[in-house]
Amino acid sequence: MTQEARQEMVKEIATPDRIVNNFVITFGTVNGSGSATANTMIMRALFDMGIPVSGKNIFPSNIQGLPTWYTLRLSKDGYLARVEEDDIVIAMNPATIRKELDSLIPGGVLFYPDDLKFEITRDDVVLYPMPIKKITKEADVSPSLRDYVANMVYVGVLTEMIGIEMDSIRKALRFHFKGKEKSIQINFHIIEQAAQWAKENLTKVDRYYVERMDATHGYIMTDGNTAAALGSLYGGIEFAAWYPITPASSLAESIHEYAPMLRQEKETGKDTVVVVQAEDELAAIGMAIGAGWSGLRALTSTSGPGLSLMTEFLGLAYYSEIPVVVWDVQRVGPSTGLPTRTAQGDLTFVYFLGHGDTNFVILLPGSVNECFEFGWKSFDIAERLQTPVIVLSDLDLGMNEWMAPQFEYPDLPMDRGKILWEEDLQNFEDLHGVAYGRYKDVDNDTIPYRTLVGNQHPKAPYFTRGTGHDENANYSEDSDVWLKSMDRLKRKFQNAVQYTPKPEIVDNGSHIGIITIGSAGFPVLEAQDMLAAQGIKTDLMRIRSLPMHQEVRDFIKKHEYCYIVELNRDGQLHQIISMKMFDSHLDLRKVAKADGLPLSAKWIVNEILKIEEVKNGVS
Amino acid sequence: MALADSRVNVNLAGLSRNDYKGSPSTLCQGCGHNSISSQIVAACFELNIRPEKIVKFSGIGCSSKSPTYFLNRSFGFNGLHGRMPTLALGAMFGDTSVRGLGVSGDGDTASIGMGHFKHLARRNTPMVYIVENNGVYGLTKGQFSATAEEGLELKRQGINTYLPVDICMEALVTNASFVARGFAGDPKQLKTLLKAALVHDGLAVIDIISPCVTFHNKENSFHSYQWGKDNEAPLHDITFVPSRDEITLEDFEPGSTTEVTLHDGSLIILKKLDKDYDPTNRFEALRVLEEADQNNSLLTGLLFVEPGAKTLFDRYNLPETPLNRLTPEQIRPTRESLQEVNKMMFLQD
Repeated sequence: MTQEARQEMVKEIATPDRIVNNFVITFGTVNGSGSATANTMIMRALFDMGIPVSGKNIFPSNIQGLPTWYTLRLSKDGYLARVEEDDIVIAMNPATIRKELDSLIPGGVLFYPDDLKFEITRDDVVLYPMPIKKITKEADVSPSLRDYVANMVYVGVLTEMIGIEMDSIRKALRFHFKGKEKSIQINFHIIEQAAQWAKENLTKVDRYYVERMDATHGYIMTDGNTAAALGSLYGGIEFAAWYPITPASSLAESIHEYAPMLRQEKETGKDTVVVVQAEDELAAIGMAIGAGWSGLRALTSTSGPGLSLMTEFLGLAYYSEIPVVVWDVQRVGPSTGLPTRTAQGDLTFVYFLGHGDTNFVILLPGSVNECFEFGWKSFDIAERLQTPVIVLSDLDLGMNEWMAPQFEYPDLPMDRGKILWEEDLQNFEDLHGVAYGRYKDVDNDTIPYRTLVGNQHPKAPYFTRGTGHDENANYSEDSDVWLKSMDRLKRKFQNAVQYTPKPEIVDNGSHIGIITIGSAGFPVLEAQDMLAAQGIKTDLMRIRSLPMHQEVRDFIKKHEYCYIVELNRDGQLHQIISMKMFDSHLDLRKVAKADGLPLSAKWIVNEILKIEEVKNGVS
Repeated sequence: MALADSRVNVNLAGLSRNDYKGSPSTLCQGCGHNSISSQIVAACFELNIRPEKIVKFSGIGCSSKSPTYFLNRSFGFNGLHGRMPTLALGAMFGDTSVRGLGVSGDGDTASIGMGHFKHLARRNTPMVYIVENNGVYGLTKGQFSATAEEGLELKRQGINTYLPVDICMEALVTNASFVARGFAGDPKQLKTLLKAALVHDGLAVIDIISPCVTFHNKENSFHSYQWGKDNEAPLHDITFVPSRDEITLEDFEPGSTTEVTLHDGSLIILKKLDKDYDPTNRFEALRVLEEADQNNSLLTGLLFVEPGAKTLFDRYNLPETPLNRLTPEQIRPTRESLQEVNKMMFLQD
């Protein structure tokens, strides 16, 4: 079949309607080939055109050579979740082109380098060969840069074929190269060349178009790890210790990167935040707890394997009542698992973390904005409660770029909790009727006062230990002393809900509830709309912290039944809620899986419909 | 730094020895660790250091219990087994004017926490790091530690077949800036070493052979009192001279001493015995340790010191005010700066 005949045929298969700002482009490239720059640039250009867009990087645990995919979703309705089908594929990797060809929907489009030989197994897709080698050869760049600029060829061809505005491409380039004119020029020139070639040599027979919209005004584009780092810096973080681990590394690195801009004293040029790359995760948490103990707003960031190593230390911090913030940017476990893929699989681990009776305050950010917000708020909560706060992000949220409303300045003053300095100790006894003791609940609110290293008042020092201790922090193996302190810690944990973020609830007046956490909220929102289109109205509750607020119980009791949607095998949130609300004989339905990829709305809808059919006899 | 006369009742900080005391020891009668605690009290008293200007750290084990037996008026943190260096490093950033004093044991340092110990040294974290080394796990009732010598016999475990870790050597090869070995049964030398360590601006490691009277005190064992007393070979007599008290120098004959100037201007004076020992030569320190090992002797004294070495805190650009006393206004960036941040995130405005 000739190319022309094929295109004619595809035209007939394809719906005659133009598809505008509502499709998926996947870039199949080789890891380490510099394609991230090109892909992010296209995403920014589309964003600059006012089109809602989201990007997901599916990458291997590898520096160079293995296949990697980047998926861009344009959604005029603003959906940011992953979709399972590809409309357009830019296939730059010979090793995976067959797979990519198969993944296209009928009427889809394949762009590929014209020297790439492969068997064309589909007759229902549009094929656009690109003269990558020819254009890069003609470009006036050093041979070492050719692979890199090859990516700019597909940027140019795609730009021409779907109608991305050149001005937006230029803005994205300028942003990426931070105004470095020479780099901008080199790249822009190749993009223009490639676009020109496409204009002259390719006939558009597909139906995909982009058009300027006005849906991104006031929005920014960033990833959750950067947002968490910035939030922490606005929260007054003073100490970060970390050990490299995917997908958490960029969180601590971003603290380091933005600290000079945000946390250097204007008059003295001195730094008010310390970042230490530790020798391992045991050390990272140890340093952070040491810093938290001496009164610094301290953080460590890690992923599941690192958190496993930190467990003993977190038990110490819980029992000796030391504020510290731990970010767990989750990836797929157990073991090394899928280290570059996303999951929400550490929930029950963190919920039950530690030997003996322990409880941890858990925050569950569901967007880059919440990564920023919980970035600063986590310190207020940790210092107020004098306890570790664990924030569960994930790879999808942490490492992928998201469009999001711009960051908002903290709307609450900083809460440093109950700290006593020299002058506070002078009148402590008059005020409280007893001498200062580290673990005395003098306010009868479960939270004692603490003094900090450097306090020169002779009554300030105390001895912190993970062994049994009394109200004055003295060693004790006395049963009553132990019971009393553990009882206070339990009550303190129960009181945490005064300070932690409440669930986000969308009440559509339905008898069906959907409960979710974190980044799973994005596909759930879309799934709700898809279900509504089929006549199934649902209410939504996205839990944003644990322990559970009363609102969570109320929501569950109010609904006839609830679907609990999450990205792990066992339905870990389902397990926790079932355990905590054991008496209620509630109908809680598990919708959970972990395959390394973010959930899609389509999968959620299918799962829910399947259960509806079985349980309710609805088809 | 001024030095209090060891015989006075009140030192120049206006404090008595009682102000440096700890709680009664719960360690075994005759434990070497108790005499170390006494010398820490004496050294701090004589250096006029306010107890509030010291922060104590320890891990887990008999040694790590000892910080409660001295300096009750100092903050202290008894953390996890082997992890003391990490807690100390983080905590000292709170207020770098407070001197860190860590007490560890041979299990803590040479086994479970070896990695942290080495990294603490590599970063030259300014603190005193004491290892109360007895070659045995006491709290768990007598198992071999990694510093136990080959061939040692213990009641339960029989004969130790592994070679020992030498903590001083480990410290030296990891670029520790102060390495000394003491013997709990030699309080005079120990106090001098502690004083020098307390004013050294960098990590000061003192490996103190501290015999376990209960589980490990066979006369022929390296970590026993009897063996230590019979085989101790002091490297040199040491005298510590605070910077503003140089008159003591007259007590020494020129030509027979080596002076080492510490960061605050104070001197350590090493009186040479039978050899021309240079404590600023790391390789020489390793050599004399190896030699002592060959000769089956216990070499004590200041093995190595590098006074000007860059410390952990030198690597950061910290404000004058301790970080833990900064106000919320000093640590929360301005509202205006957030607009800049949003622009850096490709804000569409």
